[in-house]
Amino acid sequence: MMSRFWPMFRKEFIQMRRDRLTFAMMVGIPVMQLLVFGYAIQTDVRNLPTVVLDQSRTPESRDVVQAFQNTGNFRMVAWVDGWPALDRALARGDAQAAIVVPYEYPRELARGRTATLQVIVDASDPLASQSAIAAAGAVAMVRSLTILSRTEGGATPLDTRVRPRYNPGLRSPNYIVPGLVGVILTMTMVIITAMAIVRERERGTLEQLIVTPITKTELMLGKIAPYVGVGLLQMTAVLILGRYVFDVPITGNIVLLYAVSLIFIVASLAFGLFISTLVRTQQQAIQASFGFMLPNILLSGFMFPRQAMPEIAQWLGLFVPLTYFLKVVRGILLKGVGLEALWEEVLILVAFAVVLIVASVRRFRKTLD
Amino acid sequence: MTQAAVETHDLTRRFDGLTAVAKLNLRIERGEVFGLLGPNGSGKTTTIRMLCGLLEPSDGAALVAGIDVAVAPEQIKQRIGYMAQKVGVYEDLTVSENLDFYAGIYGLRRTAKRSRLQEVVTFLDLGDRLQQLAGQLSGGWKQRLALACALIHRPDLLFLDEPTAGVDPAARRRFWQTIHDLASAGTTALVSTHYMDEAERCGRLGMMSRGHLIAVGTPGEVAAQVGGHTLEDAFVILQERDEQ
Repeated sequence: MMSRFWPMFRKEFIQMRRDRLTFAMMVGIPVMQLLVFGYAIQTDVRNLPTVVLDQSRTPESRDVVQAFQNTGNFRMVAWVDGWPALDRALARGDAQAAIVVPYEYPRELARGRTATLQVIVDASDPLASQSAIAAAGAVAMVRSLTILSRTEGGATPLDTRVRPRYNPGLRSPNYIVPGLVGVILTMTMVIITAMAIVRERERGTLEQLIVTPITKTELMLGKIAPYVGVGLLQMTAVLILGRYVFDVPITGNIVLLYAVSLIFIVASLAFGLFISTLVRTQQQAIQASFGFMLPNILLSGFMFPRQAMPEIAQWLGLFVPLTYFLKVVRGILLKGVGLEALWEEVLILVAFAVVLIVASVRRFRKTLD
Repeated sequence: MTQAAVETHDLTRRFDGLTAVAKLNLRIERGEVFGLLGPNGSGKTTTIRMLCGLLEPSDGAALVAGIDVAVAPEQIKQRIGYMAQKVGVYEDLTVSENLDFYAGIYGLRRTAKRSRLQEVVTFLDLGDRLQQLAGQLSGGWKQRLALACALIHRPDLLFLDEPTAGVDPAARRRFWQTIHDLASAGTTALVSTHYMDEAERCGRLGMMSRGHLIAVGTPGEVAAQVGGHTLEDAFVILQERDEQ
């Protein structure tokens, strides 16, 4: 009984080993998932980049800023001179929180009245902002208690007013929907094109195309161009649903959003094309696309704030296009900022697109070897 | 001596240490119907693929219409038509969409395209099937469609790799009539096959075994080499001799 089990069993192993890519995915996916989920997912956001607007410039004010720093949730990146600089830092994403210590802070403290601090958080990222809000509340409470224990009685000495900026209601659709634009585009664009050339190879039509005078640039551009339209359509659908079903605001310049999305779509399509020059079958193309999407979704900041990730995960996240696109979509939709704040991200996306197109055109050979 | 349609000098192709084609010397004149006869794995497909610029030769040289395939493969492509063993038509496009696509790829536009499409459709009798999906055609019709696509740019040379595999006898006969019609209009055809009756229909043929030629000549001449047997006998005898 079961004598035919072993031949079957052995054959499966041999085939598994021969299909290098599948084998790599079988080993690679769990390792990647473990590392990413294990390290990258810390919903308690630490080291949130923070700017300080210290209007009083007194030992007391330095003291309270130090208290914020000591929580570990805030990492002071700059001391700014006034509101315009603070607004700029938040808009550009250089900082995700700001602490404002007003002029009268030390005076109010000395008179035993309630001294007020202002904490502004960039709520386009709710996980990060919630941690910041909680931490700010904790700082105020602890300092109040210490002061009270010295002075006995009277008003609450310290109060922090938290202002969630860009997404005052801390609504999660405002955070998820713009991100989804990027995730959906990455997913569909990469898979579609990854399959495109491989499908022609599998069906034998590629061989027929190679003997025609078509150049490889004509072939590849002709293959991806129709999907640019598909991508723009998908994006429009998500934006319309987001606006009318989930009440996600469209604060910034919609034309700019479409222009940058076009670049991102081309980069994604080019990446798919690059995959299709590496693989031999449609199945491998799908596996490779998933292998690419996983780090995009997990490391880009779509699901988890990048500030919460360990340094290595943050560093790896710099190599996925979605990281930059998310900053652009959230920036335009929620913050209403334009190129003046986002030009670096846009340039990086252009670079991704160019490098990927050149790489895939160079890899593609008009022969069968 | 006029320029040959195809000329190879010690043409060789190796795959990872395996020699598929070994020092092949071949000369095909213009307007000839030349058959490549040989068992599976004898190097027919590899030879045709090298002549079409699909594979680079490892050694030796091949001239197609006077152009070196290793030097300028792209220049050859406007001059040749090719039908692979597995026909390269889009099964999810209709007959007319397939023709239109290849006409466009070969640079035909507007009136030139329209009149050429009309010619090809009439020549291969595809008129009644223009709106049918290529995937729903029978083997014989699919093969005619593939031939139509390969002819659309009026190539001087046709490379047909086992074009009649999976095609019924009546359709095969019709197909060969078409090839001869083309040849009498000046087109050179190189056809690979392992059917003896098809080999008999070639003006000249080359028998291949283990990557090289074991006999070249008209079917009569080849049969005479082993003392006037049938072509099939000649083939078996010559191949056995070669393998010893």
